[in-house]
Amino acid sequence: MAIAVTVNGEPQHVPEGTSVAALLKQMNVSAEGVAVEVNAEVVRKARHTEVTLHNGDHIEIVTFVGGG
Amino acid sequence: MTAQDKPLVIAGKTFSSRLIVGTGKYPSHAVMKQCHEASGTQMVTVAVRRLDLKAKGEDALLNWVNREHVTLLPNTAACYTADDAVRTCHLAEELGLSKWVKLEVLGDEKTLYPDVEETLKAARVLVKEGFTVLPYTSDDVITAKKLADIGCAAVMPLAAPIGSGLGIRNPHNLRLILEAVKVPVIVDAGVGTASDAAVAMELGCDAILMNTAIAAAKEPVRMARAMKWAVEAGRDAFLAGRIPMKAYASASSPLDGLVGR
Repeated sequence: MAIAVTVNGEPQHVPEGTSVAALLKQMNVSAEGVAVEVNAEVVRKARHTEVTLHNGDHIEIVTFVGGG
Repeated sequence: MTAQDKPLVIAGKTFSSRLIVGTGKYPSHAVMKQCHEASGTQMVTVAVRRLDLKAKGEDALLNWVNREHVTLLPNTAACYTADDAVRTCHLAEELGLSKWVKLEVLGDEKTLYPDVEETLKAARVLVKEGFTVLPYTSDDVITAKKLADIGCAAVMPLAAPIGSGLGIRNPHNLRLILEAVKVPVIVDAGVGTASDAAVAMELGCDAILMNTAIAAAKEPVRMARAMKWAVEAGRDAFLAGRIPMKAYASASSPLDGLVGR
């Protein structure tokens, strides 16, 4: 079973039970240098493997960029 | 040798440089790194944004920031509500493993003036959560006092709109803030060239934060160096104390012993 989630505003389908860590791996994103939010709550790196995604979740993957 | 100066201390952390520099708008990461070195800065601002999932293998900004010498100050730029700013700070903490933030809650896109009501609201939440909060604010002394009373580590009034390069448009208002608060006063926004930086420091401001003036100069690295000197010169002039302005001339050479009189 696949579930529908939104990652940085884009719709995605991932297998049921996918963890944050698995999502990052699937998207080829290193956990170093990013922060992840699920439904507007930060998921700390230490919890990336234990937190699983659910249908309809909104995920934000952010990084530092240049700014003033 | 110049006389000693007390270092800048923000929330217990000591800085010998009084120039805070941004990381935006540079022609390249390499030029940015050279600018940071030339400016002598020990604190740089960064922004938090969505990772571009389509741009694979893009060079990460932090590869070009020497975190051993430079404190990161993530900003909440482009946030228009206290809630968005607080949310951004939570992400910044996870990213940078530090609770230092430049709080910036904007009121409108045209002026990029701060929404002080939302800024105060966010500052209260963030200070309570243990963040070291350096808020971008208007040049209004009452707001500055409120931010300091809340427990912000500094106040950062604008001298002119962000990115405008209009210079120090509000020396009197900055003076009122300098008199009224005990935390460091950092001019954030408005500086266009080196003399602007010197003017702000001569007023007694504790530090200056700038981005565009360096990054968008024709020769950014040269401007970074000019800003380093201007901040140091302005600070020294402030400590030395300027002479009072007089309406008429006052001769520098003695009037006695003139030849042939």
